[in-house]
Amino acid sequence: MTILSADNLTKSFGATVALHGASMSLEPGEILAVMGPSGSGKSTLLHCLAGIFAPDSGTVTFDARRLDTMSDRERTRLRRTDFGFVFQFGELVPELTAVDNVALPLLLAGMRRGTAYARARSWFPRLELAGLEDRRTGELSGGQAQRVAVGRALVTGPKVLFADEPTGALDSLTGEKVMDLMVDTVRAEGTAVILVTHDARVASHADRQITVRDGQVIASGVQV
Amino acid sequence: MNIPTTLLGLLEPEPSHGYELKRSYDTLFADNGRLLSFGQLYGTLNRLERDGQIQVLGASPGGGPDRKQYMITETGVAQVETWLSEPERPEPMLQATLFVKVVLALLSDRPAARYLDVQRDAHLERMRELTTMRKAGPLSRTMLADYGLFHLEADLRWIDMTAARLDQLRDEISR
Ligand SMILES: Nc1ncnc2c1ncn2[C@@H]1O[C@H](COP(=O)(O)OP(=O)(O)OP(=O)(O)O)[C@@H](O)[C@H]1O
Ligand SMILES: [Mg+2]
Repeated sequence: MTILSADNLTKSFGATVALHGASMSLEPGEILAVMGPSGSGKSTLLHCLAGIFAPDSGTVTFDARRLDTMSDRERTRLRRTDFGFVFQFGELVPELTAVDNVALPLLLAGMRRGTAYARARSWFPRLELAGLEDRRTGELSGGQAQRVAVGRALVTGPKVLFADEPTGALDSLTGEKVMDLMVDTVRAEGTAVILVTHDARVASHADRQITVRDGQVIASGVQV
Repeated sequence: MNIPTTLLGLLEPEPSHGYELKRSYDTLFADNGRLLSFGQLYGTLNRLERDGQIQVLGASPGGGPDRKQYMITETGVAQVETWLSEPERPEPMLQATLFVKVVLALLSDRPAARYLDVQRDAHLERMRELTTMRKAGPLSRTMLADYGLFHLEADLRWIDMTAARLDQLRDEISR
């Protein structure tokens, strides 16, 4: 079974070919690590898979729907309901409190304020953030902020979480803790994950890895 | 793993029967290597006794080896002390093997990059196992898993660097 797949994607930025016939697929609930050298096209692949930008050619299919031919409005809606995002720098709103940040996607989706905040608060103990609900996110440590970002990404119950170097700005021990909690939570929720990372330790939390090189996905586990 | 000295170290707090020693060893260190066989256990104990590092206490008459209790001697304690205080040779074991493989592959025009890819996958597979072990705890196993993970990570860095410089290396060694 496949929830998300890419077939023969190409994408160029001016003269730079970022993707050059990339294909992959993801199963529901699967954690897939995307590895590869810097500049190989990992983030570009993630952005195409998430419908953040459209590929020049090739297809992206999510839940039997073609993402690459969808209208911008439809894609934006899908991103809001079915996808969650965590980036290297959490991109939280620093002036808002932690719980405001986590409640935000629910409010944007039109949920009543009381319900949204109750649901947002319920995520704090799970991410070992109890007591930090009302702290402004600008005043959190890097590891705490990334866990808030994980909460914000998962609060809407997405089917796929896109994580691009989620621990890239953290030291090993802090990064490990973020990964442990992220993995425990997505396992409990059944969320599939696209985990882009340079770091083999981070990738070792995944069920499987693929390698991107020169804009293509290298099959893994191929015996010589 | 230095089995004789490890057994000495386990005997240092108090005398113990052979089967108890095996149980302590397996509980504490089997994850780190492999289970101790009885042959290995009693062979090692005999040698330690011969070398005066342990002595046998109150073997009950007519009993098999299992009836014996072993006690560490002063010589044995000194051996434990020496072993613990001496650093280990920082051996780049695996790296040496991988390096030989890469060079041989390049010399014979075989696909060195693909060998490295396969090795990378094997390393990542092992790292996944260790990560699972690490998460299950207890802390002693977590720390052992961490040790393995950091080493494999170092190997992987070397593999990546080497993969990126294969052309250069081929030029250099075929000169
Ligand atoms: N918005 C953009 N405009 C121009 N070029 C881009 C853009 N985004 C990516 N590229 C180029 O496309 C190629 C692939 O970039 P991408 O960000 O996907 O790599 P990556 O594998 O994520 O690298 P890193 O590990 O450094 O994050 C690179 O050569 C990059 O310079
Ligand atoms: Mg990137």
